[in-house]
Amino acid sequence: MTNGYDILIIGGGPAGLAAAIAARDAGCASILVVERDCELGGILNQCIHNGFGLITFDEELTGPEYAARFEELARAGGIDFMLDTMVIDISADKVVTAVSRTSGMVRIRAKAIILAMGCRERPRGSLNIPGYRPAGIYSAGTAQRLVNIEGFMPGREVVILGSGDIGLIMARRMTLEGAHVACVAELMPYSGGLKRNIVQCLDDFGIPLLLSHTVVRIEGKKRVEAVIIAEVDGRGKPIPGTETAYPCDTLLLSVGLIPENELSLSAGIGLSPVTRGPVVNEVLETSVEGIFAAGNVLHVHDLVDYVSQEAAAAGRNAAAYARGVLAGSAGAVPLTAEDGIRYTVPQTIDPVRMPEELIVRFRVDNVYEDRSVSVYFDGKRMQHRKRSILAPGEMEQVKLKKGDLVASPDLKEIVFKLEEA
Amino acid sequence: MEQIHLTCIRCPRGCQLDVKIEGGGVLSVVGNACKRGETYAQAEATNPLRVATSSVPVTGSKLARMVSVKTAGDIPKAKVLEAVESLRGVTVEAPIAIGDVIVRDAAGTGVDFIATRRA
Repeated sequence: MTNGYDILIIGGGPAGLAAAIAARDAGCASILVVERDCELGGILNQCIHNGFGLITFDEELTGPEYAARFEELARAGGIDFMLDTMVIDISADKVVTAVSRTSGMVRIRAKAIILAMGCRERPRGSLNIPGYRPAGIYSAGTAQRLVNIEGFMPGREVVILGSGDIGLIMARRMTLEGAHVACVAELMPYSGGLKRNIVQCLDDFGIPLLLSHTVVRIEGKKRVEAVIIAEVDGRGKPIPGTETAYPCDTLLLSVGLIPENELSLSAGIGLSPVTRGPVVNEVLETSVEGIFAAGNVLHVHDLVDYVSQEAAAAGRNAAAYARGVLAGSAGAVPLTAEDGIRYTVPQTIDPVRMPEELIVRFRVDNVYEDRSVSVYFDGKRMQHRKRSILAPGEMEQVKLKKGDLVASPDLKEIVFKLEEA
Repeated sequence: MEQIHLTCIRCPRGCQLDVKIEGGGVLSVVGNACKRGETYAQAEATNPLRVATSSVPVTGSKLARMVSVKTAGDIPKAKVLEAVESLRGVTVEAPIAIGDVIVRDAAGTGVDFIATRRA
């Protein structure tokens, strides 16, 4: 066992870096970031398109530039890094086991741990598409890595299933590199991606977006030769007779992201069945005391700026915990998501321990126009904010004031729901 | 007079805008739910601009095989494909710092391609 750290952060992507910087700036002098890749920055390094940092830096940066700014701050001192090192276990008493080529297996004890492992892509195996297993089927993020980091083109004639942001970005990227993207098929009647990506990645290049369509068959034994796309009904079932064959050599899948929580499970951390990330309280602490979570490992974000904000809060809270000044929780009020709202993060709040203002982030389950986001304290409506549009692809947020919670004695439950405006 | 169709990207609502143009100016915008849609249509219908991004191979770097690049500023939307195509065959040599010029005057736009990562 090596000498311990006050805070050990797993993952050196945008969440891990923001958490480390905030923890250091909060006075913590003993911080280690463990990163499995050979460089910091995480997935931002392969997101070479621009549009990052509008909120944080008030300018549009590319992913690598956004990562570089945070890396520079993190490298300014007071933070240790272990690169090329893979964490393989976290115990509930906060001992982290990691392996690397240079150090072999190491065990490191920490007073506080911040989970910042990000997320992974849903693979083909979760889709039940019949057919052989030919070459030429990639998740969109894998293709993005091949093109932008490794310098290989995965194919020339491309169909994309799923209109998540990475799929949209890759439709443009493959087109710019000389491939032909025949279409993007989306099972749902709306896209899961940001509107700006639909316009700038598809419309700009005349790539059709087929809503309520899916791949029903993949043809080709050694290499993809064609995919068969059909329209689906209101319940997502393919409509017979609507099949169209698209000859292609490549199928990219952009069908959702899942928080990466194998390690969280080994520590006995409770996960939410909705977000697939840890259940956290108002200080972003998981069900295991002293283990915090932020970024896409907690819930999948659409803007990195919000990842940085959330992770900075986790870093400050972990620093307070490691210093022994984070008050013990006196009781948790559960947050319940209802009527169109899928989940909230955090899932519980201790009114005494919460900051003066707490951001609660959430997603809706469908596209809604002219609704209100309402917040109820034990049946009493406290907020009722009109929104002209809400969509599943865009994360929403509501601010709760400590004063309001403290002024509601014996508060049992806070309910978030959509109502008629 | 010419009529074009746009999707507003100022918010997730994505208003479908019908824009009438004549002599390089916008005559009318229909379909926008708010003022921002009109501003978006004005810019997008008369002079749509984009930042183009891509990546080029780098030799002699321990850090990376590819260097990501972007146009140092906005270029006309119609020039994006040509600008990225002008990078074909370009290979750079390490060391590269963020902001280093990779290709000057991309596709005659007067805007350079610059590195967005070090290598």
